[in-house]
Amino acid sequence: MTHGLGYVAVAGQVTVVAAGAPLLTGWMRQVRARLEGRAGAGVLQPWRDARKLLRKEPVTPVGTGPAFRAAPALLAATAAVAAALLPLLSTDTPVSGHADLIVVVALISLGTIGLALAGLDSGTAFGGMGASREMTVASLVEPTLLLSVFALSIPAGTTNVPAIVAGAIHQPARLASPAGLLAVAALAVAVLAETGRIPVDNPSTHLELTMIHEAMVLEYAGPDLALVEFGAQMRLTLLLGLLSSLFVPWGIATGPSWTALVVALVLFVVKLTVLGALLAAAEVFWAKIRLFRVPELLAGSFLLALLAVTASYFLNGAP
Amino acid sequence: MSDGLYTQLLDLACGVFLLAAVLVLWRHELAAIVRAFALQGVALAAIALLLGAHEERGDLTAVGVALGLLRAGVLPYLMRRATAVPADGHGGEEVRETQPLVTVAASLLTAALLTLLAYAVGRPLTRLAPTPATHALPVGLAVVLIGFFVLVTRRRAPAQVVGFLLLDNGITATAFLATSGVPLIVELGVSFDVLLAVLVLQILTTRMREAFGTTDIDDLRELHD
Repeated sequence: MTHGLGYVAVAGQVTVVAAGAPLLTGWMRQVRARLEGRAGAGVLQPWRDARKLLRKEPVTPVGTGPAFRAAPALLAATAAVAAALLPLLSTDTPVSGHADLIVVVALISLGTIGLALAGLDSGTAFGGMGASREMTVASLVEPTLLLSVFALSIPAGTTNVPAIVAGAIHQPARLASPAGLLAVAALAVAVLAETGRIPVDNPSTHLELTMIHEAMVLEYAGPDLALVEFGAQMRLTLLLGLLSSLFVPWGIATGPSWTALVVALVLFVVKLTVLGALLAAAEVFWAKIRLFRVPELLAGSFLLALLAVTASYFLNGAP
Repeated sequence: MSDGLYTQLLDLACGVFLLAAVLVLWRHELAAIVRAFALQGVALAAIALLLGAHEERGDLTAVGVALGLLRAGVLPYLMRRATAVPADGHGGEEVRETQPLVTVAASLLTAALLTLLAYAVGRPLTRLAPTPATHALPVGLAVVLIGFFVLVTRRRAPAQVVGFLLLDNGITATAFLATSGVPLIVELGVSFDVLLAVLVLQILTTRMREAFGTTDIDDLRELHD
């Protein structure tokens, strides 16, 4: 690919994730509202909320330190960098050589840790509680994220995400193996937990018994809150995008062509719309599980990921 | 059937077979455990049928059909009858395995270790004759180990019966994958043994529930008049 077009692809990925993240959240809320028999606030509501919050005066609690002030920017920035690295639209970009799986997962957990530190920094009971819960979840989610993609990286022979995706496009049989199926189940649970969606955390709750993510961000107000919300929405878009590129990779551009890029863009939007609608519909019918059973769920998904790795290593007669 | 398709389907059946064992470990409701066990029966029958179709052996196909009927039909039906809540409304908590001796999260991680162990000890066996079927051999060993684990860590009698049946499923799968099908008469003998064992255990469970009002094995420690 000519370098110019590669940079266009990277810029396109970041722009689509950044501009589309609030829209995806709005779309999911709208689907939920319709299924519950409500009219819903409209797809654009998260953007309107962000505009309202950005106009307010920035306020930080007395006694908070740099962790509290840096966390929102860190959360959004790590998500943006990960959006540039992952092969969402094209596997052949100038940065695709650096898009290692471990880097991507480290970036995502860096945002989590930043937010947990900010929750501790605020010094309130809720902040500390939320941070401790978030770390409990994160300690099981990060290995699951890594392991489930390792299962796909064994047949590809590399942990470079664009190479894995490109390999899957050329050999679709890799995805239909038991390893692929186990990995998709494990990764789906891990993504739900990492983004704070319903079986693990309720994104729209303000009940102190149940909240994880909300408890950490209670002290934020104004533009900082807008940035935190934006960061969380970007992570959701990013991780759903990762799920779709790994397991439904068809349409992602592998070569230098404008048409391929446009097709990839359209298909990416369609895939995320469908995934978001599915997730929102599932959330209507699921109940949030009790906090004590969250480690159980995550241990199960870790086991699925481990089985995926062993299966991809031992079955198939893989080398 | 082409070799590639056969390998894929066999791997898929083995994956489902292992997944069903994990589901048994994961779920609390006895009804869900029995459903997972039925799913495992279907996967086991699929393994036998695939081997039969690949080697073009009629008796193996017949064994596969019989296995499917027994493990996915008759045994889950008997289990469901044993776990059904009695009509008088007592034993409402009987439908859940509430407190296994090892917490579910810990037992899932143990299952991961057991699977790795099965793969470790299965490798020399696989190396003797590397075919797609023997490559999947560790899956059978893993299910045997997981079955043992369920058997020793669950408190309720029906859950322990499922553990015993998992163990037997694992042994059957290992036999099929290692030897490409046991003789018909051996398989029939084993199947009738298992059926008889489950029938006896079902009667025992019913008696226990009548005598103690529960199927918790721990209640059997004390002597009663």
